[in-house]
Amino acid sequence: MPKFNRWSILKPVVFLACLGPLAWLAYAALTDQLSANPIKDITEFTGIWTLRFFMITLSVTPLRRMTGWNSVVRIRRMFGLFTFFHGFLHLMTYVWLDQFFMFSEIVKDIMKRPFITAGMTAFTLMLPLAVTSTKKWIGRLGGKRWQLLHRLVYFGAAAGVVHYYWFEKSDIQRPVGYGALLGVLLLFRAWHAVRNRERGLKPAAADLPKHASQI
Amino acid sequence: MLVKRASDISSSEITSEHTYHNRREFIKTASAALGIAAAGTIIPACAPSVGAAAEPQAKKGQYDTTEKPTPIEDITTYNNYYEFGIDKSDPARNSKNFKSKPWSVKVEGMVKKPATYNLEDLIKGLALEDRIYRMRCVEAWSMVIPWQGFPLANLIGRLEPLPSAKYVEFKTLLDPAQYPEQSRKFFKVLDWPYIEGLRMDEATNPLALIATGIYGKPLPNQDGAPLRLVTPWKYGFKGIKAIVSIRFTDKQPVNTWQQQAPQEYGFYANVNPNVDHPRWSQARERRIGEFFKRPTLMFNGYAEQVAQMYSEMDLRKNY
Repeated sequence: MPKFNRWSILKPVVFLACLGPLAWLAYAALTDQLSANPIKDITEFTGIWTLRFFMITLSVTPLRRMTGWNSVVRIRRMFGLFTFFHGFLHLMTYVWLDQFFMFSEIVKDIMKRPFITAGMTAFTLMLPLAVTSTKKWIGRLGGKRWQLLHRLVYFGAAAGVVHYYWFEKSDIQRPVGYGALLGVLLLFRAWHAVRNRERGLKPAAADLPKHASQI
Repeated sequence: MLVKRASDISSSEITSEHTYHNRREFIKTASAALGIAAAGTIIPACAPSVGAAAEPQAKKGQYDTTEKPTPIEDITTYNNYYEFGIDKSDPARNSKNFKSKPWSVKVEGMVKKPATYNLEDLIKGLALEDRIYRMRCVEAWSMVIPWQGFPLANLIGRLEPLPSAKYVEFKTLLDPAQYPEQSRKFFKVLDWPYIEGLRMDEATNPLALIATGIYGKPLPNQDGAPLRLVTPWKYGFKGIKAIVSIRFTDKQPVNTWQQQAPQEYGFYANVNPNVDHPRWSQARERRIGEFFKRPTLMFNGYAEQVAQMYSEMDLRKNY
């Protein structure tokens, strides 16, 4: 029998909490609380929550290093997959609800419109991360290579922020806010790496997943 | 003329049963398209037994579209009026205490009688008309709005601009105490006050309207009370709200959105499905309340009335 620990309770709780935003959206839609343009509401809601889940996912490592709460890394994969899930829904609202599967239009959009190019870039970067998020894939790639691959998340999040910034008509306050937050989260990593090097530690050696259960 | 404050209208007065039914209709269509077969049981109001009270039909005018007007609830809760806030729901929420009475309008520039008028005096005697127009937002959504107002040409005729006047420039009220966005210090979204302009022939085109009402009621605050411009062949942002200044000039005005992003928004802003916004297509639009997008029409379907004004112009350059 697997050893009981607090994660066996914490994990399902966090999972349910992550479903909260979508549950709220569904409730709002069914009770007629969305605006006169509900498709736009759904698109923007799933988009903004993709960015928020990016930020949550990227906060796990700084939190772990600052507090020494190492086991928090066990929910990082779940956050990552929720980011991908919301990104997928966001893409689907565009492909399905907005363009209604007119793929010629979609391809034209991707080529012609920088903000859509950026959004598609973000999604494309997330795709291999979602696929290789399993224990099997860590084994297949080896911890080091797996970790290198998963650094793509930095670029995916950055592309997501750029996508949001280019989308806004004139109110750049919110996209700039997400950009600043992402900047802080990435600078923390840079600072930590430099500090490790000065102390003579091998870069990120301490961070390699020892057991698949830590991912 | 007595200008009623929009806050005099209670919401029960303006939300008709028809509107209510109409919204459910949308959810039904949307649910069907999404494959939610059980929606009818989830939303009891979908049942066809709900009686749709017919909207009183105004007599059809020369320029009226026969398309179904957008419900008043949507026209008054889905607004771009950045002075009151950026989100579509902000204007309805933040405009409740807006003072649209007393109101004065400054008439200035190349005009015979420059003066500041009381609104009542300015528009006294101008016959009000009902006009059911399409409204196409530059963001690719659209509505059908039953306006009430008078042709801008009638007002201009009364003001007697000088022959040297080639353009009309309009300004919205500047009042940070009433407009939360005007007091924002950082990340200001636009330069205030909001400015719009028209060439003289555009301003005197029979379609150009100064609206003072919607659905036969005084203009709600969030829709630009007490008076606003309506140019149905142009993108919605040309329809400047809460006008306090009308200036006649010989120089082409720099309108607010053009100043904000000249490569994206021009002076003319004519609805044109063949000239895309740099960041999105203008070929199609979503009519509020409909699920599928529909093709956007040249000059928003008003080519017959306005196309001749632009026959000499390259509309790709003069967007």
